[in-house]
Amino acid sequence: MKKRRMFIRMITASLIRRRSRMIVALLSIAIGATILSGLVSIYYDVPKQMGAQFRNYGANMILTASGDSFRMSDVQRARAVFDEDEIVGIAPFRYENVRINDIPVVAAGTDADEAKATSPYWAVDGDWFSVHGDVLIGSGVAESFRLKKGDMIEIAYTPEGSDESDGDDEVVLDNYDYFNVVGILETGGSEENYIYMSMEDMEALTQTEERVDVTEMSISASGDELSEYIDEINAKVPAVHASVVKRVTASEATVLTKLQALVLLVTIIVLALTMICVATTMTAVVAERRKEIGLRKAIGASDKSIIQEFMGESMLLGLFGGAIGSVLGYVFAQQVSVNVFSSSISFRPLLVPITMIVSIAVTGISSLVPIRSATDIDPALVLKGE
Amino acid sequence: MSLLELKNVYKIYGELHALDDVSLTVEKGEWVSIMGPSGSGKSTMMNIIGCMDKPTKGEVLLDGVDIAKESKKNLTNIRRDKIGLIFQQFHLVNYLTALENVMLAQYYHSMPDEKEALEALERVGLADRAKHLPSQLSGGEQQRVCVARALINYPEIILADEPTGNLDEKNEEIVVELFHKLHDEGTTLIVVTHDPEVAEVAQRTLVLRDGKLSKEIVNEHFTGKIRFDDQNPF
Repeated sequence: MKKRRMFIRMITASLIRRRSRMIVALLSIAIGATILSGLVSIYYDVPKQMGAQFRNYGANMILTASGDSFRMSDVQRARAVFDEDEIVGIAPFRYENVRINDIPVVAAGTDADEAKATSPYWAVDGDWFSVHGDVLIGSGVAESFRLKKGDMIEIAYTPEGSDESDGDDEVVLDNYDYFNVVGILETGGSEENYIYMSMEDMEALTQTEERVDVTEMSISASGDELSEYIDEINAKVPAVHASVVKRVTASEATVLTKLQALVLLVTIIVLALTMICVATTMTAVVAERRKEIGLRKAIGASDKSIIQEFMGESMLLGLFGGAIGSVLGYVFAQQVSVNVFSSSISFRPLLVPITMIVSIAVTGISSLVPIRSATDIDPALVLKGE
Repeated sequence: MSLLELKNVYKIYGELHALDDVSLTVEKGEWVSIMGPSGSGKSTMMNIIGCMDKPTKGEVLLDGVDIAKESKKNLTNIRRDKIGLIFQQFHLVNYLTALENVMLAQYYHSMPDEKEALEALERVGLADRAKHLPSQLSGGEQQRVCVARALINYPEIILADEPTGNLDEKNEEIVVELFHKLHDEGTTLIVVTHDPEVAEVAQRTLVLRDGKLSKEIVNEHFTGKIRFDDQNPF
């Protein structure tokens, strides 16, 4: 029989036939490995998970006109830069000054579904506009004009070139139409002073062809990736100027960094606790087996052999603990992800061997001191029967 | 040249002289008993002969090598290559089978050989118990496994510390019978015991008292068998 086979036979016998003892050590390693692999999964999935969460806070990119204005075709060209699954929403806006009861108000034409996606925090009492003639009015507008859901309003628009100041005798020819108030919008921002309608209604009211002033874009990307997209749009679509919404992207980056730092810190603490736990368990194992170590030395084991045998045992424990931990870690990360971020986590196969290697290394390092102390045991103690 | 020679050996712990100017020789193939009351220095002498301790003063020549001057690492090598140890408490690794316990000595010595280990267990009459764990064996059987482990590497000396101390009469007889066989095969035996019946079986008995050799009794009628009914010569 080869020495290596006897070595494996001995350490497996020690683990299997002393399983009631070893199960404690294995549990501590497995729990450590579970939390470690789970936290690492979360650490790498946090940007993705948080990105989706952050998209609830509005657009992170904005398109403005490099000249006077731009067209929907420019928006479509900018849209083509992204993968479809990265686009949360791309909402074009066209702003015009209109009047209600001769009082000027700003009206915005947009796409209701896209605006909902880019601004999910908008609170609408009632409905969004869906058919021709529907408008969504800001709560400020509703208050000023004492409007409520279901009211009909007349909105007037003065086309360019028919400005009253041009001459006293010129006839003012307003475009006007009647609209049904379907919802009141509350955002806590300037949007509460606007009237929102469909792009088609805006074009009909102004009797002008399509035009876009601003496009708000909510994209599942952050940092450098977002900057690359901006450069690409600016290069490919000269009519628009793309820029990041600094307020959103900067706070996203800050929160992400802090969150990742927190996860990293917890990971390090868990790692340290696991090492302490393993070191304590191995110290107990060595203390419990003093007689056996003494005996082994008495029958000729060198210090090197003793270290190899105990290290082999602890590393085998590390391997099993790591294997259990990588499976349970995925379950743990999945639970955290589902409960905290309401989305599932992706399984990273590479994390299985990495968890096992880290687990073996951590167990090995934590066992160094206790095992080293095993070599100091005096074999004569065995003979004395102490 | 004697196999083992102690020359003016002292072992001093503070004020206590555990061994006090002890000199003795053991020839190759000889069966020697060391007797004495507790505290007489038996264990200290065992540890020194067994290369597990060094004397404070004096020479301990094993096969011509002064082990008193050897490093800890060399002592381990000498112990592994030249000495087979048998203990009163048996001291088997409790999670290894009888066969694996015997193979453990081979593993540290050279190369584990299952067939040879099984033959050693056969010699001590335990071939059928090879796959049993120590907890499944009786005291006598455990001690026989120890004997098999001690002889597996063909040591120069078998050093037994109270080998029958924890055994009943029947098992005591079996173990002594095994020693007799080993002696017949030319193995040198040093048996430390306080049991006169076991001591007197040897060719020569050295009596220790207060760290000094107080008496040496040569067994004129050496047979290698226990004479339970005989009068105790000590």
